[in-house]
Amino acid sequence: MPPAIYLDNNATTRVDSDVVAAMLPFFTEHFGNASSMHGFGTAAGTGLAHARTQLQTLLGAAHDHEVVFTSGGSESNSAAILAALATHPERREIITSAVEHPAVLSLCQYLAKQEGYRLHIIPVDDKGRLDLDVYRDALSARVAVISIMWANNETGTLFPVEDLAEMAKAFDIPFHTDAVQAVGKIPMTLAHSAIDLLSLSGHKLHAPKGIGALYIKRGTRFRPLIRGGHQERGRRAGTENIPGIVGLGRAAELALAGLNDENTRVRALRDRLERELLARIQHCFVTGDVANRLPNTANIAFEFIEGEAILLLLNREGIAASSGSACTSGSLEPSHVMRAMGIPYTAAHGATRFSLSRDTTDADIERVIEVMPGIIERLRGVSPYWNATEGTGKAFEPAYA
Amino acid sequence: MWNYSETVKDHFFNPRNVGVLENPDGVGEVGSIACGDALKLMIKVAPTENRIVDARFQTFGCGSAIASSSALTEMIIGKTIDEALTVTNQDIAGYLGGLPPEKMHCSVMGAEALRAAIANFRGEAVEADDDEDGALVCKCFGITEGLLTRAIRTNALTTVETVTAYTKAGGSCATCRDKIEMVLGDVNAEMVSEGILESTKAFRYRGRGLADTAPTTTPATARATAPARPAAVRPSHTAAAPTPASAPAKPAPPMTMVKKIALIQEALEAVRPTFQRDGGDVELVDVEGDTVSVQLFGTCVDCSMSSFTLHMVQEKLSEALGRFIRVVPADGQAA
Repeated sequence: MPPAIYLDNNATTRVDSDVVAAMLPFFTEHFGNASSMHGFGTAAGTGLAHARTQLQTLLGAAHDHEVVFTSGGSESNSAAILAALATHPERREIITSAVEHPAVLSLCQYLAKQEGYRLHIIPVDDKGRLDLDVYRDALSARVAVISIMWANNETGTLFPVEDLAEMAKAFDIPFHTDAVQAVGKIPMTLAHSAIDLLSLSGHKLHAPKGIGALYIKRGTRFRPLIRGGHQERGRRAGTENIPGIVGLGRAAELALAGLNDENTRVRALRDRLERELLARIQHCFVTGDVANRLPNTANIAFEFIEGEAILLLLNREGIAASSGSACTSGSLEPSHVMRAMGIPYTAAHGATRFSLSRDTTDADIERVIEVMPGIIERLRGVSPYWNATEGTGKAFEPAYA
Repeated sequence: MWNYSETVKDHFFNPRNVGVLENPDGVGEVGSIACGDALKLMIKVAPTENRIVDARFQTFGCGSAIASSSALTEMIIGKTIDEALTVTNQDIAGYLGGLPPEKMHCSVMGAEALRAAIANFRGEAVEADDDEDGALVCKCFGITEGLLTRAIRTNALTTVETVTAYTKAGGSCATCRDKIEMVLGDVNAEMVSEGILESTKAFRYRGRGLADTAPTTTPATARATAPARPAAVRPSHTAAAPTPASAPAKPAPPMTMVKKIALIQEALEAVRPTFQRDGGDVELVDVEGDTVSVQLFGTCVDCSMSSFTLHMVQEKLSEALGRFIRVVPADGQAA
């Protein structure tokens, strides 16, 4: 078995060894409760405060107390959306996009169905770009919250959330963005933006799972999701996960230091991977907004074959990737993101995502470029659609390339 | 990652009998690319005792779909046609050392392809066969009442969730859930009366008692609650199911080509205003079996949503004809 090549960093990342090192003393030595009035408590409280400023710096936030630590992205999303609804009871509409993560989309659909909210789901075009006209038309003083992701997890496509937030100000609509894929990969200065609420997740940026944060711009009305103690200024009860928080703080610092590498070296590796695969394999194309996306994400749709089969063969080569195909999730349809972009079924089932990180090396990418053509050829050799279309194939020419 | 058995992995990584069989005696094609998996099974049959001497497959699908196809070919080579007809999806799953519940539909696809290949070998017209297979229940995946019935009987299914896992029916828009419940209630009731299912386990449509599902109900439910329907019960193809005592009624005559084209035209006319509103149009070009080619005009041609548009037309036509119709763009147009 060749050494493992991990290209599924949009799913989760390896915890950086520096992060682990920063966390360890907070399990055994500084194990105190940050609320306690003794030395153990002080040590924990100091770690907590330091981590908050580290995260503030990464986000470019004006104040450290705008950062509230949570258990992760899903909790942050729920807390933000439900708080906006609770503080605007007279407003009965919600705006979101068709390509949100289920942590937002399922919640909004639940609220529409169970609580009677009117839901505006803004569509995207074939490149995954948000329909700004539809967005503009949906804005009104009836809207209680807007939740639009910063970067899409499947294609890496970036939405212009800073502009969208500005547009929302005309109607005083709280603007939330699920930024779990964007934080640490692109620079941001929230102090200069109109974004009111932003979710992030530790395990997407080389911190552990089970820790995340919600940015709440100063002055934004809020209601806690979890009530109880006074932790996080009463906005999130529960004894703080100090080791996780310290780890997230250190990870934020490392991400800021690595932003340049992410946007130069990692981006070049991603571009090389796409260029080579498209040159060596016919009938495949990159999905998403190629000119405007995260530097680490490549999503390539291979026609006439199915994604799970690709992943199984890649896995045998020690390569970890991900797919929007139906079969990998246990659902029966290809991903809602592929469908929202109108990717034909001939290709949506074979959409394969490679997500890189600062750990990715030249050799990793070389290896993928080497094995991928053989894997695709092998599966197409089994596929009834391939032989049937070979030579003719015109009805299947990808109009999306 | 799915927890696949070693046999499934072996048949996926080293599939047996992949490829095209020259001059096959029977061909069975099931599924479609839109559904996420499709299988073409080809068989060679020796004339003397109707023995399958060779079988090949081509499959579009996930690991377990390819493994199920491979296993199926290994299982049927050497069997007579009559013996092969006793192979159920349970046998395929068993041969593979089991499949995850969500993946059982892969084994059902194998069994359906075998059934179709044998029907083709016997010269049974595919179109007539489709008509016999009962009403189209799930339009998203093209699942008929006949297929549902076979899967429910063979696998003793008693919940809508397992029916979806085994057949995919209801796995997309879920608007057919009520129809699935009706079919499930009826088939379970039949199974109870035949003594092959405990009455406490049977699914009851909308909480009804078993007696209520007898075919003496109001016309509104009569179509779906017709246990005597010949297509719904295919004893010769479901080994586990005993032959019902009642003689099957005469099946409805197959639809003529003229009637079919008229219905397609009528359905297309109904969707044309939608196209014309966007400055485009759609026209019927050809009908071949259950594949309908259409020409798109005007703004529809380059529209990035054209594949979705075709999918919409496909749904309308399937609805009008009561079975799965594949709509493709006429030659020279991108899908």
